[in-house]
Amino acid sequence: MALENESVAADQGDPNDKDPNRRDFIHIAAGAAAVGAGVMAAWPLVNQMNPAADTLALSTIEFDTSKVLEGMQVVIKWQGKPVFVRNRTAAELQRVRAEGAVGSPAEPDSARTKAGHEAILVVIGSCTHLGCVPTFNAGDFGGWFCPCHGSHYDASGRIRKGPAPLNLVVPDYEFTAGSTVRIG
Amino acid sequence: MSDHESTYVPKTGIERWLDSRLPIVRFGADYMSLPTPRNLNYWWTFGAILMVCLITQIVTGVVLAMHYTPNVAMAFDSVERIMRDVPGGWLIRYVHANGASMFFIAVYIHMLRGLYYGSYKAPREIIWILGCLIFFLMIATAFLGYVLPWGQMSFWGAEVITNLIGAIPMVGEPILIWLRGGPAIDNATLNRFFSLHYLLPFVILGVVVLHLWALHTAGQNNPVGVLIPKERTAKDTLPFHPYYTVKDGVAIILFMMMFAFFVFFMPNALGHADNYIPANPLQTPAHIVPEWYMLPFYAILRAIPDKFGGVVAMFAAIGILFVLPWLDTSKVRSMRYRPTMKIFFVIFVLVGMGLGWCGAQLPDAPVVPGMASFVLLDGELNSYLWLTRLFTAYYFAFFLFIMPIVGLRETPLPVPASVSEPVLSGGATPAAAVAQAEKKG
Repeated sequence: MALENESVAADQGDPNDKDPNRRDFIHIAAGAAAVGAGVMAAWPLVNQMNPAADTLALSTIEFDTSKVLEGMQVVIKWQGKPVFVRNRTAAELQRVRAEGAVGSPAEPDSARTKAGHEAILVVIGSCTHLGCVPTFNAGDFGGWFCPCHGSHYDASGRIRKGPAPLNLVVPDYEFTAGSTVRIG
Repeated sequence: MSDHESTYVPKTGIERWLDSRLPIVRFGADYMSLPTPRNLNYWWTFGAILMVCLITQIVTGVVLAMHYTPNVAMAFDSVERIMRDVPGGWLIRYVHANGASMFFIAVYIHMLRGLYYGSYKAPREIIWILGCLIFFLMIATAFLGYVLPWGQMSFWGAEVITNLIGAIPMVGEPILIWLRGGPAIDNATLNRFFSLHYLLPFVILGVVVLHLWALHTAGQNNPVGVLIPKERTAKDTLPFHPYYTVKDGVAIILFMMMFAFFVFFMPNALGHADNYIPANPLQTPAHIVPEWYMLPFYAILRAIPDKFGGVVAMFAAIGILFVLPWLDTSKVRSMRYRPTMKIFFVIFVLVGMGLGWCGAQLPDAPVVPGMASFVLLDGELNSYLWLTRLFTAYYFAFFLFIMPIVGLRETPLPVPASVSEPVLSGGATPAAAVAQAEKKG
């Protein structure tokens, strides 16, 4: 008993003692536990802002590209974003092929389409600058023109002029049966 | 004025009982009798005007929230219902919508007042920093609020501004999805924006309390810019009430008249017609612009050819204000006594307005129609792109080069020794006055 009392008295009696003692350990452990508990309590509050299950469930759509006439585009909505499905004319195809690998990153047109369906271009219709929807068949390169900050895309969706940093994004998609594509 | 002694004497038994338990009446009475510099001009009334703006926005906002529906299918219609069916709803919404513009007019004048009279210099750095924080929160709140009617400008404004965060390398895209609650702006985004738009004004109110606390600890600045020593308090100050309650009251009435003019005669002049078109995620309006009060920063964003660089420059334009107290090397507070700096200040105000003008134009459009020019780097020299870049360069140069250099090199005019003492010919030399001001600080 006497020994224990002595040790408590020694702990309290010397505040200048720099050596870590049991009281410091308790302080640090309690502080660390409080921080850990705070982080654990904050995480659900942060995580609730991530996409909800029903939002994520809307991640795949199917579309029959034969509905798009030559020289036209159809805009469909996928994950809340517009997707351009464009059936390009022979003249447009000739132009984008003749230009070779351009854009950012530099890509040939063949890298942006599926084999056997070269005329069909599927891209996400959000300007890679700040997300506006580019206008069809406008701009200096026969593709799209973004009205917000003046980005020009060619008929392969590659960025050619303006502030946008990247080509229009080609989403993950595949031709499932004949002319039908599944996006996502 | 922290050493302001309480002169409140509780008169009734109830007041004495309350005073010993919660001295709230004493707090109010002491606030009303605060010694205030006797030479404050009308530029100093904008603090009170801003308080009125904040309260107006909170009160009308709480009422509007009783009728608004934060759902993408119903938001636009619920706002139209407020305009057409809710008794007096049109008035409350127009007051709230124009109130945002009035708030920004007042805050810009208030900030330029502080800049001109050196209200950010020691010992008032914290007041200034808290003010910058309020300004930043105001921008965030105004942006969130503008999204709520779910019109075309709401939607595409939200699209463009949230995409700014996506420009951050590596972590941008995940943060963007987290912020929007999905791959695109949608119902989840609208809901959280409504929640935060309701929250932030109360955060602003909290920071305003700190702003005032700091103000009354360091003491108010004044047009002469000299500190008021304790022994001169009686000569150089007046009690806040009735002198400044009345002066602020006059300014508030005049301001309210302008406010009412907008609300009743041109309620949509400061908005954009496209926001009366319901949001369409598949169609961007031909020409999207932010509200007028964000145009200068929007112009800076577009001036930089690199996407992430533009975002950094835009945030830096606000961020630089926070370190202003340490960029100004001059010991003289008021630009009344800084003739050189005064010229740069006037140019700065014009450049700020010029940036606002540029922000509303198409970047490729010519400034002088029909004038021939040549292509410099990535754009015609005679275009808003290059005019914006010129103004942006001045905006940053003003803080980073002009302020530190002019402060060291200029010769200020003689500064009066005190608020009430006129400058006598051959009296105080600038150096002496500065030394005195420093000693008092």
